[in-house]
Amino acid sequence: MKDTILEVKELSAGYGSKAIVSGVSFTVKCGEMLTLIGPNGAGKSTLLKTIAAQLPPVSGDIVLNGHRLTQMAARDIARSVSLLLTERVSAEKMTCMDVVDTGRYPYTGRLGILSEEDRKAVREAMELTSVSDIADRPFSLVSDGQRQLVMLARAIAQDTPILILDEPTSYLDIGHKLCLQELLRALMSEKNTTVIQSLHELELAQKYSDRIICINNGTAELSGSPDEVFTDSQINSIFSIKSGSYNSLFGSTEACILNNETPQVFVIGGGGKAVPLYRRLGRQGIPFAAGIIPENDVEYSIVTALTTHVISVPPYSNANVESLNTAKEMMQKCDTVICCNDLFCPELCRYASDIGKLR
Amino acid sequence: MDTKRRIRFISAYSLLILLAAVLFASGLLLGSSSVTPSEALDVILGRAENLSAEKIIMNIRLPRVCAAMLLGGALSVSGILLQTFFGNPIAGPFVLGISSGAKLAVAGIMIVSLQSGMALGSFHMITAAFVGSLLSMGAVMLISGRIKNMAQLIIGGVMIGYICSSLTELLVTFANDANIVNLHNWSMGSFSGIDRGDLSIIAVITAFGVSAAFLLSKPMGAYMLGEAYAKNSGVDIRLFRILLILLSSLLSACVTAFAGPVSFVGVAVPHLMKRLFGTARPLIMIPACFLGGGVFCMLCDLISRMLFAPTELSISTVTAVFGAPVVIAVMYDKRRRS
Repeated sequence: MKDTILEVKELSAGYGSKAIVSGVSFTVKCGEMLTLIGPNGAGKSTLLKTIAAQLPPVSGDIVLNGHRLTQMAARDIARSVSLLLTERVSAEKMTCMDVVDTGRYPYTGRLGILSEEDRKAVREAMELTSVSDIADRPFSLVSDGQRQLVMLARAIAQDTPILILDEPTSYLDIGHKLCLQELLRALMSEKNTTVIQSLHELELAQKYSDRIICINNGTAELSGSPDEVFTDSQINSIFSIKSGSYNSLFGSTEACILNNETPQVFVIGGGGKAVPLYRRLGRQGIPFAAGIIPENDVEYSIVTALTTHVISVPPYSNANVESLNTAKEMMQKCDTVICCNDLFCPELCRYASDIGKLR
Repeated sequence: MDTKRRIRFISAYSLLILLAAVLFASGLLLGSSSVTPSEALDVILGRAENLSAEKIIMNIRLPRVCAAMLLGGALSVSGILLQTFFGNPIAGPFVLGISSGAKLAVAGIMIVSLQSGMALGSFHMITAAFVGSLLSMGAVMLISGRIKNMAQLIIGGVMIGYICSSLTELLVTFANDANIVNLHNWSMGSFSGIDRGDLSIIAVITAFGVSAAFLLSKPMGAYMLGEAYAKNSGVDIRLFRILLILLSSLLSACVTAFAGPVSFVGVAVPHLMKRLFGTARPLIMIPACFLGGGVFCMLCDLISRMLFAPTELSISTVTAVFGAPVVIAVMYDKRRRS
């Protein structure tokens, strides 16, 4: 059983006396990754800033290692919680290493001169985030991705048991997004660091976090393990997804479904080969039908997100007479048939070619 | 800190100290009546035979060059404190109207005292200047509010500067003829007319203000990444901001009380120093700005009294010629980078 490091009790967070999020309670265990998700403006950042002691709580309590946060000295908080924010920082005439150096602030003396031990912590943090090679470059001239890694190195150099990150992956490309999350996991296993972050990328939240809290309508609507939180209907309702849809299995999103229109194109798919075609048809607004696809096929959840006209068979079964007849009927109504996979059901392709609609 | 950087810092400091020494000596030796180096050395060592040289050096040139050195340093340190406070590289006591506020307050108290026949001590002048600085600083902060926009802040400051200047003009218009001469000279800005008594007060205030600023260099460094990160590092933001305001106002008030308004030093020198040292670390920058401000003002003072000798230019005339282009360069630099 891991120890509880942070306890949030009936917390209301906001600016002044106006709460944006209220009634939030949760505990975080040592070495856990807790991710806040929720729509824009739900108050994730406000909550994180309050936990990081940037904002005083409107009401409620935050207990850090058994101490009430509001009664802790600034230096003790600085040694317990480090922070990475979304806002771009302008660090005029500072090298990347200068930026990381500022993480050692809570440990240095009156003039802030770094000791050998501080230097070592800075070097290690920069190595961990692989930014050692840009240590001497001006911070203002490195790329967004590198900048975020430098800021992460700064937070790591602060050497705190808790790391709070507000949308750390916002400006990053997909490679850097993954790299950052991997780094956090590495840090957690290496130093038993506790990570509390907010993310917009649901697929990352789902794959990397130990626990998810969903902030919506001014409170923590949902919390639990990723498996408990990430169901299609919950995500679609929390983010009020009306155009397009979210697929919890793949953690992917699909564009809007084309409902109730007579299909113009029939796609013979299966095995994932037809996915690009489905998406292209969806993009161009051409109603289409697809078949015959077993329900455990990799394409199934994607194609059902894009069209209602899907002819399917149960998992692990072959096309049967009934489904073949339905498919042939559907083909008759369509102008064109495109065959992306003639292995699963060769009969369909032959039929399409016989009626002269195969392209 | 790697060796390359250390070498750069050491050579930059050496350059500044060398320049300061050369300008200090030139300040003593050059002028309408020439003094030879050996005479000057004799005077300073207290074994002078040439009485007129002794008078010129001890009563006129030495206080003047010392004042230029100290007040120039105070002004640029005040500038870098304000730049940290506003997160704005073109903030400075003159640009933000803080010097003008001090000028107005000092002009007011001067006229009142001259009319009532009261003698005015340096202490009163400084207090008035300090209060004036704080008032116009307050006005600038009200205008800027939470706006981080560089241009708006500066426009607010310039407007406050104009308001204070026109009020000062108004005071001068209704002052007695006798007062005007006095006031006019002072309000133009000059390092002349500072006696040794004033100088010791200047030295005490500058030493206090600059060392206090130096002790703030740690939180200033953390503040460079923005308020949130500074707070996360454990900086008491409120106290820190109050100290920044008080110190920068004290330093610029000290300058205005004794030398009148001196323009652009507070913006130009910190910028030049950042360029020279290739860093913005406050621990390096505060001593550098102090030295650099001294060098800048000694040079400008020398030019102001030598260029059209025996006619003296006001100090701001010269500092603006060198300082204003630097401000433009900073703006241009910013725009190009964003």
